Amino acid sequence: MPKDMQGHGPELGQFDWSDPFLIETQLDEDERMLRDAARAFADDKLAPRVTEAYREETADPSIFREMGEAGLLGVTVEEELGGLGASYVTYGLIAREVERIDSGYRSMMSVQSSLVIYPIDAYGSDEQRKKYLPGLCSGELIGCFGLTEPDAGSDPAGMKTVAKKIDGGYRLSGSKMWISNAPFADVFVVWAKSEAHDGKIRGFVLEKGMKGLSAPKIGGKLSLRASTTGEIVMDGVEVGEDALLPGVQGLKGPFGCLNRARYGISWGAMGAAEACWFAARQYGLDRKQFNRPLAQTQLFQKKLADMQTEIALGLQGSLRLGRLMDEGRASPELVSLMKRNNCGKALEIARQARDMHGGNGISEEFHVMRHMINLETVNTYEGTHDVHALILGRAQTGLQAFF
Amino acid sequence: MKILVPVKRVIDYNVKVRVKGDGTGVDLANVKMSMNPFDEIAVEEAIRLKEAGVATEVIAVSIGVKQAQETLRTALAMGADRAILVVAADAPEQDIEPLAVAKILAKVVEAEQPQMVLCGKQAIDNDMNATGQMLSALLGWSQATFASEVKIEGEHAQVTREVDGGLQTISVKLPAIVSVDLRLNEPRYASLPNIMKAKKKPLDEKTAGDYGVDVSPRLEVVRTAEPPARQGGMMVGSVDELVEKLKDLGVV
Repeated sequence: MPKDMQGHGPELGQFDWSDPFLIETQLDEDERMLRDAARAFADDKLAPRVTEAYREETADPSIFREMGEAGLLGVTVEEELGGLGASYVTYGLIAREVERIDSGYRSMMSVQSSLVIYPIDAYGSDEQRKKYLPGLCSGELIGCFGLTEPDAGSDPAGMKTVAKKIDGGYRLSGSKMWISNAPFADVFVVWAKSEAHDGKIRGFVLEKGMKGLSAPKIGGKLSLRASTTGEIVMDGVEVGEDALLPGVQGLKGPFGCLNRARYGISWGAMGAAEACWFAARQYGLDRKQFNRPLAQTQLFQKKLADMQTEIALGLQGSLRLGRLMDEGRASPELVSLMKRNNCGKALEIARQARDMHGGNGISEEFHVMRHMINLETVNTYEGTHDVHALILGRAQTGLQAFF
Repeated sequence: MKILVPVKRVIDYNVKVRVKGDGTGVDLANVKMSMNPFDEIAVEEAIRLKEAGVATEVIAVSIGVKQAQETLRTALAMGADRAILVVAADAPEQDIEPLAVAKILAKVVEAEQPQMVLCGKQAIDNDMNATGQMLSALLGWSQATFASEVKIEGEHAQVTREVDGGLQTISVKLPAIVSVDLRLNEPRYASLPNIMKAKKKPLDEKTAGDYGVDVSPRLEVVRTAEPPARQGGMMVGSVDELVEKLKDLGVV
């Protein structure tokens, strides 16, 4: 190699401890600006209300309108339908900024964007897209997504919700469980086995106020308390033919949505992890015991190094996945890999950060324990850590081990 | 009324600035750069004047490296109508001095014919606090510096200025240069949709040569140094001891 080649000299580049892979320089101008705007929104509008919202277990539905006004919903939707017309990398960067404040707020946003806006945009008719997308992107309409059932979690094919053909439409019966946003949702994207389609899973768009449709709140959550979760109960809800999502059938419908949400979660979980890491580092620098900062001890530094390493790798992986998403080359298995890795690592980082805060770590004022408990859910929903392992195991052995 | 707002790309105010080892300046490698905060206030004020129906067009202009177009995009995303980038430097280390900036701005003013130039009172990187004043002299326009309130009344601008010990309100004839102080307003955040829309707003690119202005430095930086680290204090036991220590130090 020529001696004067860059990077060949004895001097290497400078280390940025908070951004070891220099991700900042891998983003373009738009991505950085949009990210900064999302961060300003999160600091300004979300951070001041999260502690109380979490303590009181109340989600403020006006957050949707605020997010919509700021442009956080419908990031990848075309501008004509009220979206931002930006990239999947941008979507991920926004998820990271929102989850830096709270996983519950990011969940509200992910559900609206990836699980409600996406299926209507990708599988809906032009009429459905025009009817729902502008309101969902602006946050005037709140959406929820019904796939999971009391007896069908990791195995969604076992769902019991059915759509019977009636004159001019369908009658839906069944119930859905653990549905974010459901209690105050206006639009319900619900998946059911449709008798008129050989029992295949089809998507339906339901609206608040339909006869037989209710969405009671699930109380007593110890995690994601700043977002609201409910059931969807469908007691013979009758809908017209125009409620059916025409563009997809089978489990690939909901999975198409989930893959996008899981991708966003891989970024979001790293946002929560970064919040914990930065908090632990600062606490270690400020807190003196035995006449020296905690951060000057080997145990503390080892934990910081682990956090830094996992976050750097996790973010770099999510960014690569985002670029592949934007090129249309991302595989569902890679989404599983990043969702699983980043959620599991974020949870471990949050536990360590809680520990490093000592007694103060259990106080709401220090935020790390809230992140820690939230991440228990984030590690579980949208495919548990173990179920994603089965997806990756099947991909490399050709042997399914689900059942 | 057209308003011209010059904006400068500077080290972000949150960054802890480090002096380079050889003392020739500060380290700019991989450092976050943003719009000078005082310029943000000027952009905000111009947009508010437009929203109030007083101004008809807000033009942002930046002079420096090519990357200053990011700063202009921020101004456009906040609400400026169009932008002019004057490329005058190859590297961010190359600071364009106030006189050269003022000379280029004078040419831009000649071409654009604004009735007001709203600028930050100073840039937070070198704290010169000179460009607005020099521009006023070059154009022969009135100037009002350190504005904490701006009202347009007919052919005049009523500007409240922050001066030592209080506020002073002056009336200046338009066209005028108004340099803004910290308390004039709180700049808005650019929303994400406005950032996307800003991509479609016009951004003209020029060079210092287009305006026939020589930007070579007239000042020489002799040395750059970090402020001395603060020395620890001491506790004194009594007033007598305090007086004694002060006497030892030769201050009383």
